[in-house]
Amino acid sequence: MLEIKNLHVQLEEEDKQILKGVNLTVEAGKVHAIMGPNGSGKSTLSYVLSGKDGYEVTEGSATLEGEDILEMEPEERAAAGVFLAFQYPVEIPGVGNMTFLRTAVNAQRKARGEEEMSASEFLKVVRAKAKDLKIDADMLKRPVNVGFSGGEKKRNEILQMAMLEPKMCILDETDSGLDVDAMKLVAEGVNALRDEGRGFLVITHYQRLLDHIQPDVVHIMADGRIVKTGGPELALEVENNGYADILAEAV
Amino acid sequence: MALPQIKQDATDARLAALEMPQGGWSKAARDEALARVRSMGLPNGRDEYWKYTRPDTLVQPDAPKAALLESDEAPIFGEVDRLKVVFVDGVFSAEESDDLVMEHVSIDRLADASDIHWAKDVYGVLEAHGQVPVQRPLASLNTAFATDGVLIHVSGKAPKPISLIYRHASETSDAILHHVVKIDSGAELTLLENGPAAARFNKCLEVEIADGGVFHHIRAQGRDHERRAATAIFTRLGEESVFKSFTLTANGVLTRNECVIELTGDNAVAHVAGACVGDGDFHHDDTVFITHDALNCESRQVFKKVLRNGATGVFQGKILVKEGAQKTDGYQISQSLLLDEDSQFLAKPELEIYADDVACSHGSTSGAIDEDGLFYLRSRGIEEGPATDLLTIAFLAEAVMEIEDESLQEEINSRVEAWLTRRRG
Repeated sequence: MLEIKNLHVQLEEEDKQILKGVNLTVEAGKVHAIMGPNGSGKSTLSYVLSGKDGYEVTEGSATLEGEDILEMEPEERAAAGVFLAFQYPVEIPGVGNMTFLRTAVNAQRKARGEEEMSASEFLKVVRAKAKDLKIDADMLKRPVNVGFSGGEKKRNEILQMAMLEPKMCILDETDSGLDVDAMKLVAEGVNALRDEGRGFLVITHYQRLLDHIQPDVVHIMADGRIVKTGGPELALEVENNGYADILAEAV
Repeated sequence: MALPQIKQDATDARLAALEMPQGGWSKAARDEALARVRSMGLPNGRDEYWKYTRPDTLVQPDAPKAALLESDEAPIFGEVDRLKVVFVDGVFSAEESDDLVMEHVSIDRLADASDIHWAKDVYGVLEAHGQVPVQRPLASLNTAFATDGVLIHVSGKAPKPISLIYRHASETSDAILHHVVKIDSGAELTLLENGPAAARFNKCLEVEIADGGVFHHIRAQGRDHERRAATAIFTRLGEESVFKSFTLTANGVLTRNECVIELTGDNAVAHVAGACVGDGDFHHDDTVFITHDALNCESRQVFKKVLRNGATGVFQGKILVKEGAQKTDGYQISQSLLLDEDSQFLAKPELEIYADDVACSHGSTSGAIDEDGLFYLRSRGIEEGPATDLLTIAFLAEAVMEIEDESLQEEINSRVEAWLTRRRG
């Protein structure tokens, strides 16, 4: 599904290398988790994959189902099936959540040459999915993320993911700022989307989220590289002992 | 004091091109207004309040030619149940207007009203009062020479809005209209205005609101690219009364919208907001002066401008809090979204406060599209153009949301959206 090879990335404005040769393959139907200390390049990886400005790829490649995504505009990547659940979802006053969702869904359908979703069909689908995430009608009506609590913002990210049905879901510290109940709700939303045709890359600091979203593979990232890969037990090891041992071992 | 020769000449030339209508009851007010014009002179670029906007074309004897806009877009407010009053190039059209009859409201035309009229107490009175401390000679010119307008007296809750529709039919029309609205204690009215009016439009609106009265005003100025407009609102608010005015301006080569508000009764609320979108030789000027002269009053100014391809936006807003106007809550924000590097925004926010227990805040910013917001939308599959449009509408939202009626908010937003889509091609 997602194949990242020897990816090197630096900041456009300063000569600072952030990713120093990332190799990672996420297969369809699998959940991969990336853990790692602050500043290891986890969020950069998610931004580079989704096409944010300000980063320069100096070497390597990233493909989705064989297609080079690094050359695409962010909206083209979205239409191709990449979705990033933001660590800090952006507030957009004056644009209703519903309008935003429908615009996004139909923009992607149009880009793929599919028929747009009718207003009534859209309404039906969005209501059902919102209900699962305990998102009420008021939250759907309000401007995008404006006045939402931390938990509401993250739930709203998952709702967008559920509506857009991407092939490759990247979750950037979706657990940050969530209490236990909210985390569970978000995890349930993610689990409901687990599917044979869909890959997940879950970036997190803590093992807690991975209690709820069981990963198939866990990677440890440090200083711009994947330094260790293992099964779910790797996350437990981090939780118990911190990164120090793993990093020492990797060097 | 004698006027500078250049101003004297310009004023004489303009006055020579005008004929004062038969005034009837308004004769005295017109004569006084003419005297004010003669003593102040019409504005030129040397006047402090015309530093950012050249008044020449508003002052010159003949209106500069303005082509008519060809558009198949349905006029705004078409879905609203309203009482329509139509002016074509400033001339009342009985044919296109509804009967000027409504429960709790009396409506007369300025051109019809002959002898004794209630409007005598307001016509030119608020305008004259609003000449201090800043002179507004174009408004006095209006009082002296207005050919028509509506005189609206509201004694209860008006059952539906009054909608003033200004059609532009001649490329050289020069219209001067003057409206008076008097809201009695506890009465309520919504006034809608739309349309380009004329090649050049000078409009004055005086609104007297008694204790507990409520006045809503929503206006969409016409899109004809070459039209010019100088408009002024003068309002005086009694105790616990409410004044809320919103203006959408999309194009027009020159617009100067002045609003002079005086809060004279305790606990009164005055909000004035504007959203404008313009490009190219578009020049838009909002000039506001709010005087707090009573206890515990609230005023809000929310002005947002979207500018591109060399368009210019101007904001001059002042809050004056008089001695004794304690517990004043004044808010003023003026912001521009510059969609390219050729456009400019000139802002002069002012506060003058003589009371010691007040909260007044003001802010003014110019900026480009928010990159984070743009990336967020694009990452959801929305292309850059439509994503920019959405963020532009979002930028204007604080001003548009000053309109209380949600369906009107939506209508304004859809007009902005249509404008953005057209511009994008």
